Amino acid sequence: MFSRAYRLAVTVPPLAWVTVFLFIPYLLMFCYSFWSVSALQTIVHSWNLGNYRQLLTVDVYWQTLLRSMWIAARVMLFSLLLGYPLAYFLSFHAGRWKDLGYQLVIIPLWVSYLVRAYAWKTILGSDGVLNTLLQYVHLTRHPLEFLLYSPFAVVLTLTHIYTPFTILPIYASLEHIPRNLVEASHDLGASPWETFWRVVLPLSIPGVVAGATFAFVLSLGDFLAPLLLGGPSGIMISNIVVSLFGAAYNWPLGAAISLCMLVLVVGLLFVSERLEKRWSFS
Amino acid sequence: MSETARAETRTRGLLAYTIAVFAFLYLPIVVLVLYSFNGGGVGGFPPRDFTLKWYSMLFQDGAIWDSVANSLLVAVFAVGIALSLGIPAALALDRASFPGKALFRRLVLLPLILPGIITGLSLLMLFNSASVKLSLLTIVLGHGTALISVATTEVFAGLQKMDRAQEEASLDLGANYWQTFWRVTLPNLRLPIIGAALLIFTLSMDEIAVSFFLIGRDNTLPLEIWGRLRRGITPEINAISAIIFLFSLVAIVTWYQLRVKAEGSPEIAAELIEATAQGE
Repeated sequence: MFSRAYRLAVTVPPLAWVTVFLFIPYLLMFCYSFWSVSALQTIVHSWNLGNYRQLLTVDVYWQTLLRSMWIAARVMLFSLLLGYPLAYFLSFHAGRWKDLGYQLVIIPLWVSYLVRAYAWKTILGSDGVLNTLLQYVHLTRHPLEFLLYSPFAVVLTLTHIYTPFTILPIYASLEHIPRNLVEASHDLGASPWETFWRVVLPLSIPGVVAGATFAFVLSLGDFLAPLLLGGPSGIMISNIVVSLFGAAYNWPLGAAISLCMLVLVVGLLFVSERLEKRWSFS
Repeated sequence: MSETARAETRTRGLLAYTIAVFAFLYLPIVVLVLYSFNGGGVGGFPPRDFTLKWYSMLFQDGAIWDSVANSLLVAVFAVGIALSLGIPAALALDRASFPGKALFRRLVLLPLILPGIITGLSLLMLFNSASVKLSLLTIVLGHGTALISVATTEVFAGLQKMDRAQEEASLDLGANYWQTFWRVTLPNLRLPIIGAALLIFTLSMDEIAVSFFLIGRDNTLPLEIWGRLRRGITPEINAISAIIFLFSLVAIVTWYQLRVKAEGSPEIAAELIEATAQGE
């Protein structure tokens, strides 16, 4: 039905744009990661593996990468623990409140990252809302210092930001479960818990995997929450990259770290896609 | 306890948990808005001395409003770029087959799930290599590129629901492809396009991670706020945050209503997230 000219007209412009503004930049990042910086602070275009060697041998780089993964793993876990029961309630028990509940999940998903991170800063500070509240009701005498400028603050804030990202795919996969399967399980004598563990949960795995991937990947690369709320102990891998591209001026090493993150992320997406396919119902 | 009574208890427990999670999601925003009226500063319990002075300070703050104007400008152009490439991209994914189509789809959607730092830095390297000076233009290009993903997904979802018969009839009756596109295809995609525009506009207004690396001399609103956060905070930032929240709220709810109207099923709104996670 559509002519060759039509298909070319809709394909070529976006393809060209994506090549120039996505593909070539990733390629450049790849090239940069094999270059180096001279003593005069110019980029030396000779190919070598020095940056990757540094990544593996300098403690601070791989330790920070591991810490970032540990922070991201906790964010993922907490987002699932908060998100799954909520999605389950909306899908199976919310009745006429379903639509409202769904909108209440969408709103924080798209509301400004910065606004939400800032809100936590005003809550967790030593003169913040939480500490003064605790003193006001005489639960504590002195401000709790660990609340702000700590990995705790980063995990809490990122969990707040990424929980809606886990709820949506879980909810969608729960909605796709044929209700007669659940009824059949009841009719055949399974208890509610058995029905949940053996019917509902396995069928919702694709949503869980998608949500978990979102929470992990997006928090792994975050650098704004650690800068705003993390303090020295909450530094993440992206903060190192930011400094390498700024004051520390070593773009090639920064590019090598970014590329590792890119590969890690794309690898995770690939794995999660496989997992979703394996567990998908149809 | 009877089985129904137990089921009742379980549902109540689940309801309580759900409400608690919603409280966790919304309380910080409530606190933020509340303290924008607090005479005593950004913290301190209980809030005291109700005041509008932070809002009046805000309205006299030239730097903030300059950055708002910059952000509006960036958002309008980002919407233009994302739509003018996202609509053909969706048509291409729906109707054309070409080598590398799967890779193309993945590449378009990638910025939505990729941490902003990677998109921002890779574009920074591109602009640096091409000796393009960083300015609002580079931010427009960054936002436009990253948000093609949103336009593509939204329009693609609309295309899937669309009845091809109308386009066929138009072509059979002698209209050419160009006329059919403008008079049949585009009007049919009206709701997804308006919805996508709204979402892209809101996301661009709020975007910070990509802009962080592409900023020139002129600040966008989120970067202006970011700069101030590093220097020390006053409830003036609560005030601007409250206003941003209000605008995002209106935009998002409108987008959602458009989606429901277009698709008849609110659940579809999750497609954007799902599609990205599944690379579809």
